[in-house]
Amino acid sequence: MISFFIKRLLLLIPVFLAVSLLIFMIVHLVPGDPIDNLVQNNSSPEQKAALAAKYGLDKPLYQQYAIWLGNALTGDLGDAIILRRPVADLIAQNLPHSLSLGALALLFSTVVGITAGALAAIYKDSWTDRLTMTLILLGSTVPGFWLGLLLIMLFAVQLGWFPVSGARSWDALVLPVLTIGLGGVALVARVTRVAMMETARKDFVMMLHAKGVPPWRIELRHVLRHALLPVVTILSLRIGWILGGAVTVEFVFARPGLGSLLITSLNQRDYPVVQGALLMLAVAVMLGTLLGDIVQAAMDPRVRERIK
Amino acid sequence: MALLSVQGISVAIGALCPLEGVTFDIDKGEILGLVGESGSGKSLTAMCVMGLLPRIGGTITKGSIAFDGRELIGLPEIELRRLRGKRIALISQNPMTSLDPIIRIGAQIDQVSILHLGLSATTAKARSLDLIAQLRIPEPEAIHRAYPHQLSGGMKQRIIIAMALAADPDLIVADEPTTALDVTIQAQIIQIMVELVRDRGLALMLITHDMGVVAQACDRVVVLYAGRVAEMNGIGEIFAEPKHPYTRELIRCIPRLGQEPGSLKGIPGVVPSIVDYPDGCRFNPRCSNAQALCRDEAPALEPKSSGLAACHFSEV
Ligand SMILES: Nc1ncnc2c1ncn2[C@@H]1O[C@H](COP(=O)(O)OP(=O)(O)OP(=O)(O)O)[C@@H](O)[C@H]1O
Ligand code: SF4
Ligand SMILES: [Mg+2]
Repeated sequence: MISFFIKRLLLLIPVFLAVSLLIFMIVHLVPGDPIDNLVQNNSSPEQKAALAAKYGLDKPLYQQYAIWLGNALTGDLGDAIILRRPVADLIAQNLPHSLSLGALALLFSTVVGITAGALAAIYKDSWTDRLTMTLILLGSTVPGFWLGLLLIMLFAVQLGWFPVSGARSWDALVLPVLTIGLGGVALVARVTRVAMMETARKDFVMMLHAKGVPPWRIELRHVLRHALLPVVTILSLRIGWILGGAVTVEFVFARPGLGSLLITSLNQRDYPVVQGALLMLAVAVMLGTLLGDIVQAAMDPRVRERIK
Repeated sequence: MALLSVQGISVAIGALCPLEGVTFDIDKGEILGLVGESGSGKSLTAMCVMGLLPRIGGTITKGSIAFDGRELIGLPEIELRRLRGKRIALISQNPMTSLDPIIRIGAQIDQVSILHLGLSATTAKARSLDLIAQLRIPEPEAIHRAYPHQLSGGMKQRIIIAMALAADPDLIVADEPTTALDVTIQAQIIQIMVELVRDRGLALMLITHDMGVVAQACDRVVVLYAGRVAEMNGIGEIFAEPKHPYTRELIRCIPRLGQEPGSLKGIPGVVPSIVDYPDGCRFNPRCSNAQALCRDEAPALEPKSSGLAACHFSEV
């Protein structure tokens, strides 16, 4: 298990290098010069050059990349050009907001999705099943930001139950978590339901009935447990999607967080911040898939066998 | 009184009627063979006895199944569940897929005695280890800790036999327990199973399509043909003097030494399909004795000089 963990970690190194290079390149290929934002319109080319030199923007690209990556690995992501603060500080300040939002949305999707999917599978063809499946269909077709706006209008503006925006108190989290989470609920419920119905047809389930095991125990201890394997896979692949959801949702709800930071800095062409935020997101996605693999291995002995 | 008495059961699955008037019984400590070609209804008969027919969408439309004097048809599911695994155990056709792949072997055997005998986890484990050893599996402790994918097919089938024995049942239903296994270990598994069943004085319903296995293991035989009983008799009688032309063909086709063990393939004609069973005696298109009567009227299962057979023209 430990050696598996180390092996997976080592495998992530080339991925990390490729992703970091991509992030660096994209940021440098988009049109617009951040120096233009820093200086007055009438400043001389000399003044611009001095500023470019200060931020290392005059060096060749590969050198800039090497320096940036080297520093990033030591936790130094450079200084924000517009906000004039260390990027690492900005990220440290925003990350907890995004993490709590992402983690809660993940938890919500998992718990509600698995419960709904399991109920739909156990009581298949009943009204529980049909209702769940209808909601799931709705949940998976409605775009997140639109749902967010809808929720704001209903629960925040009309009913006034939750704040419209911001992150000052816990209840400000409810609508954003719902917005990101409902799509996840739909996905998880669908995967759980299909996987449970597929598992229920397997020979070993018939054998469990033949052993006289009570049906509810067969469903929960055996069938559901098998259905969780594809759920874990799908969730670990969707970590990026949930974080992506966080980006738009933070924007819609005007919440602080990595997503807001990213969008603001993109508009201001604040390269170092954009790079730092994207790199953080990429690392989070990679750690998410790693976590998924570990959970999978912990749950399925056949996966552990394959690893050896 | 027989331990299990199946009287004239008919089964419907949707519009199909795959079993019709199936009748047989099993005494305490007896090994009954149930033979027939693929599709003749052997597994469905097993499902009926286990009370699992509704799980595959079937219903028993006629007849009675009495186990130890108690009628099983119409018994509430919860009562049936108390019999399953405890008094009537199943050994399934495919050991490769019959164990939960993500649960340790030991836990799957322990489950039975914990559930039905109320044993504690420790006593259940001790009991399972003992059973594993009785099935001549080396290193019971290691096997108890292993997962199904770490075992060979033969080992898995032994584990399933252990599972079937775990709650000391009175009757074991074994549905082609060795068909999925390598031919080299088939005889060995049958032998171990039969030995354990005999030692404990259990009744065994052994489903097979292999008359060789029947000869090796059984006391009595029921021959199924196209969802009906063709013949039922003691092992000596059936081999010495088969009453039904189909049984005669089956015996003729037993592979001899050095021959490819392909069992039932040698009977001329084709197995009738469930969607258009022939009128009258369902064996008539393949029977060399068939007369006009055979095409018009289904023969009843009747006592002959020994045993029962369903043939208008069976000698004696
Ligand atoms: N779930 C089902 N739905 C519809 N028909 C079924 C079902 N199960 C079995 N049958 C039909 O019932 C008949 C008897 O099937 P059964 O499985 O009992 O045969 P079998 O004698 O066990 O054959 P085999 O040697 O292949 O296992 C077959 O014609 C089969 O097609
Ligand atoms: S009833 Fe007729 S067709 Fe059927 S087995 Fe007997 S002789 Fe053959
Ligand atoms: Mg079968």
